[in-house]
Amino acid sequence: MIGADAIIKCLEAENIEVVFGYPGMAIAPFFNSIRDSSIRPILVRSEQNAAHAASGHARINGKAAVCVVTSGPGATNVITGIATAFADSIPLVCITGQVNSELIGSDVFQEADITGAVESFVKYSYLVKDANDIPRIFKEAFFIANTGRRGPVVIDIPVDVQLATVKNYSYPAEITMRTYKPTVKGHAVQIKKVTGELARAKRPIICVGGGIHLSGAASELRDFAERYQVPVVSTMMGIGALPTRHPLYFGMVGNNGKNYANRALDESDLLIMVGARLADRAVNRPEHITKGKILIHIDVDTAEIGKNAGPTIPLVGDAKQIFHQLRELECELTIKHDDWVTTLENYRETMKRTRTPNPAYVDPAVFIRLLADKMTDDSIYVADVGQNQIWSCTYYIVRGGRFLTSGGMGTMGYALPAAMGAKVAAPDRQVVAVCGDGGFQMSMMELATICQHDIPVKIIVFKNNSLGLVREYQHHAYDDRYSCVDLDGSPDLCQIAAAYGLTFLRLHDMNEAEMMIDSFLANDKSVLMECMIDPLDLVKER
Amino acid sequence: MKRIYSVFVENRPGVLCKVTGLFSRRDFNIDSLAVGETEDPSISCMTIVSSGDIRTVEQIEKQLNKKLDIIKVKTFDELSCVSRELILVKVRIKKDRDNRREIMEICELLSAEIVDMSKNQMMIQMCDTTERISLLIKMLQSISIVEVARTGTLALSKCTD
Repeated sequence: MIGADAIIKCLEAENIEVVFGYPGMAIAPFFNSIRDSSIRPILVRSEQNAAHAASGHARINGKAAVCVVTSGPGATNVITGIATAFADSIPLVCITGQVNSELIGSDVFQEADITGAVESFVKYSYLVKDANDIPRIFKEAFFIANTGRRGPVVIDIPVDVQLATVKNYSYPAEITMRTYKPTVKGHAVQIKKVTGELARAKRPIICVGGGIHLSGAASELRDFAERYQVPVVSTMMGIGALPTRHPLYFGMVGNNGKNYANRALDESDLLIMVGARLADRAVNRPEHITKGKILIHIDVDTAEIGKNAGPTIPLVGDAKQIFHQLRELECELTIKHDDWVTTLENYRETMKRTRTPNPAYVDPAVFIRLLADKMTDDSIYVADVGQNQIWSCTYYIVRGGRFLTSGGMGTMGYALPAAMGAKVAAPDRQVVAVCGDGGFQMSMMELATICQHDIPVKIIVFKNNSLGLVREYQHHAYDDRYSCVDLDGSPDLCQIAAAYGLTFLRLHDMNEAEMMIDSFLANDKSVLMECMIDPLDLVKER
Repeated sequence: MKRIYSVFVENRPGVLCKVTGLFSRRDFNIDSLAVGETEDPSISCMTIVSSGDIRTVEQIEKQLNKKLDIIKVKTFDELSCVSRELILVKVRIKKDRDNRREIMEICELLSAEIVDMSKNQMMIQMCDTTERISLLIKMLQSISIVEVARTGTLALSKCTD
């Protein structure tokens, strides 16, 4: 057995069924060995999208997905995808080919120091020097990616190591790492303090982040919120942790969030943050958040607690585990929260923003609501970045499915490849990618991938012929002095769809919206649907 | 405020770079750095002196603990540890005004040692606290320093019973 065979064996041992990748000389032995395996390689059209596809796959499958690329430019192209996964704590194992061990450091053809380059975007990285280390390194890599605060791990493997003989291959059953022991269980004393504060609180609120999805704690969250009548708001990454129309859900917080969600956060006297970073987009001035309230911060990563705001009660551990521990403790509420919930319901009813849509175009707000209503209960909605992302966060309704987006890094072009990965992970579920015409053109090449590998992803492009969110920013901050936001020269998407043999739909205004959404969703193949959006439409009217 | 971190790491290539990379990436200061093997050859100890507000010094410890090549981090303030630096200074002996006596006096007063010399130069060694090392440099500056090599701070927490 050679190194490349051992890599395949390791992936099989981790129950990996699919890898997203792009071959090259330095990873040739791997792509040769994969032919003898049942693992399905999916050839993407640009390496960055291999990482995004793996990210979409991992988020739906609940465990690390794999992307495989070659050395040099293959590896550097994948960096944005790795950084995107890192920012959202998505578990990935990224295998990069490397030039011959003896040539490392001599700047030969297609050599790049990838472990050095990705250092600040990975949870960990390996440069494999001995083929006999492959089983241990893969075991560790998957363990690191899938535990604690999830994240990407890079394994850089020189081509000669892939070709070297592996003696006595065996996949380790156990891990021995003296440097890595993630905290899963919450400290009992801290747990007790949480129930103590909850019992006293008049206006408690839970703010959830992506950590709920990562630890699979959605049902535990729901149980906790319902049992104690605690209202829930979420960050962008936390959307869908509780169904949008759940009576206790009060929307997304932050500068792009609902004003009633922010008001709820402000007026609470007990804030329980779970699996959220208190980052700038969710909490405008984190240093002010502790004023007049108790802050309980629950996160699996010790370093996130106290990084942006000092909590009253820090609680380190996995969200799911902590909800289980909280369940075991009896908590007798001294004050019922009914009045508080009623107040928030009132805010939700009265603080709705009104829009003034242009009837000559598609109104994204009404369109997204309509689309959401017609999508299946367990469907997956992937939002790109830009105005489309903000509209999606604001108007999409999650019932039992998922809402995916690049929240931390805000990487344009994420939606299409991530939707592709999600569809591969859940072939029976409806997957819709929603992008703007800017972001779509950053990953449009992946239309070939969905055709080649028969991955029926539904794609919606909001076309306003401009980089809408930047344009909106220039409208507000630079008094309409527009610079480089015009997308003139973009292709006719009807012809693009025809070139790939895809069904194409174009929606000009809301008149035919319902009919067109029906035919868009009824088609069991990939469909490209273009919605004409008013270039002057704003996500925030001032 | 000043903090001294004893960072026990896997003694492997690339680890130093990961640790210092963390400091630059998060805009933390490194006032001084010293690295050496411990009694266990698979473990190195990095002594890092850093400064910042309370949140920063806490974050440094937490972020260090997150790095997978780091086995253990011990943090202490200046008062709870014994810290030392080592310095080697080469000074020029001025022939016109035979200043050898002057140099030797300074060394005697500060308990520094003369470890090498030639007709025109002397090399002085001193192992002491940062403040006293700085004092030595200050005193020798008037004599014309040729070059200086100085380690980072080494520190261990004070002895306990």
